Amino acid sequence: MNKAIITVVGHDTVGIIARVCTYLAERHVNVLDISQTIIDGFFNMMMIVDVTDASEEFGTIVEDLDKLGEEIGVRIRCQREEIFTKMHRI
Amino acid sequence: MLNIMEVHETNQMIEQEKLDVRTITMGISLLDCAADTVDEVCDNIYRKITTYAKDLVPTGEAIERDYGIPIVNKRITVTPISLVGASCCRSSEDFVKIAHALDRAAKEVGVDLIGGYSALVSKAMTPAEEMLIRSLPQALSETDIVCSSVNVGSTKTGIDMNAVELLGHIIKDVAERTADNDSYGCVKFVAFCNVPDDNPFMAGGFHGVTEGDAVINVGVSGPGVVSRALDAAKGRDFEFLCETIKRTAFKITRVGQLVAQEAARRLGVPFGIIDLSLAPTPAVGDSVGEVLEKIGLEQVGAPGTTAALAMLNDQVKKGGIMASSYVGGLSGAFIPVSEDKNMIDAAASGCLTIEKLEAMTCVCSVGLDMIAIPGDTTAATISGIIADEAAIGMVNQKTTAVRVIPVAGKGVGEMANFGGLMGYAPIMPVNQAGCEAFVTRGGRIPAPIHSFKN
Repeated sequence: MNKAIITVVGHDTVGIIARVCTYLAERHVNVLDISQTIIDGFFNMMMIVDVTDASEEFGTIVEDLDKLGEEIGVRIRCQREEIFTKMHRI
Repeated sequence: MLNIMEVHETNQMIEQEKLDVRTITMGISLLDCAADTVDEVCDNIYRKITTYAKDLVPTGEAIERDYGIPIVNKRITVTPISLVGASCCRSSEDFVKIAHALDRAAKEVGVDLIGGYSALVSKAMTPAEEMLIRSLPQALSETDIVCSSVNVGSTKTGIDMNAVELLGHIIKDVAERTADNDSYGCVKFVAFCNVPDDNPFMAGGFHGVTEGDAVINVGVSGPGVVSRALDAAKGRDFEFLCETIKRTAFKITRVGQLVAQEAARRLGVPFGIIDLSLAPTPAVGDSVGEVLEKIGLEQVGAPGTTAALAMLNDQVKKGGIMASSYVGGLSGAFIPVSEDKNMIDAAASGCLTIEKLEAMTCVCSVGLDMIAIPGDTTAATISGIIADEAAIGMVNQKTTAVRVIPVAGKGVGEMANFGGLMGYAPIMPVNQAGCEAFVTRGGRIPAPIHSFKN
């Protein structure tokens, strides 16, 4: 499995998760887990997704989600999982 | 499974605390580029570098995008050119031709800097090595991104004082020839003692003769992350402080390890080492000086600075070494004055002096780095500074270095501006007492007694 982490940070508005999930579904990216919390007054959402069967290049997904975030007015990042697991797991 | 707080912590480090991978450096051996004529050597060098490193920059950019971590520099190191050019160079001008070939090749593949216009003369200079050293004023003033280093001593060999004496004149000459640009040429040159073969940082990086054909080395950074972590250690004892630094260094180095392995895999080049140095930038909050101040100093340079730096350096190594299979290069805390906001401020206020910096180099990972000194400083004084640093390295079995910039036409209190990551620095006063009779004696300082371990 080829996992990535999508994070959304910003002010909470209606439909953020829906728009991100719609984008992912259209590209065959499977959502494995979603969690959200408020940190320092900001809405924080994290998705763990499986990009193994994605129909787009990973780099394109990163750029598209970045643009989608700009449209909605939040910061959306998509990063390969290893940067987090390497840092936080021995 | 990962939790949201861990993910948030990593991204906070990247976005707000300036965590980055400072450099992916590809080392390339040029030993097989030796030939009978200079033109042939230049062609061979150009071809090999542009073949091996053609994908270095795009690969680095792809890794940046995939993991969301900035990789600030992509660089190349090569075999010391004094060895590669020894077969064909008959004059300093011949060596300068090779410098131009390096400059062209590095620009072709789009890297930031290329290092290895170097000579290893810790015991004595061959004619080719002396020619390379004498070519430096022309080579460093005519090329843009070629970096140079000369190793003048080691614990095993002692100090080559002939080279030390010569370098005083050479550094002055480089400064004069690049006077229009605050003597920027000197930024691209460093004199070493006990130089490592696998340093990914500039200006001192080169691809050692003990290395393979090509290798990927990575230098991490992260003083901002350590600084932020130390906010939680305010008022706590040394045990808590050390634990905080170690944990942070571990996390930073793991990112470097990931990037290094991924770059090596994608480029099909073996992974060499991680250099786990805390490398500052002039940006606010990305400062080793700030870390030292958070440890408890009013300003860096105050009494206690050397002890604080010794502890910081040690904890960075202890945390980092567990995070990577292969640690090498310089690995520790850098203290380049012009590249560190809090050091710049401390130097400008007079709290941080060259003498204190010299003491700090006994316990940090490198040496007197990026220090602007008056343009009228004599060649003998510069040689004396190099000899002092080399002696510290030789006796303490550690790497030391000198990268001073005698800024042509400027004096104490004026500012020198080197631009970008190289930063800016107030020109610091230098002890004016003479040492010419010492540095011009000729010959070499013998290796210290404790080097005889066989």
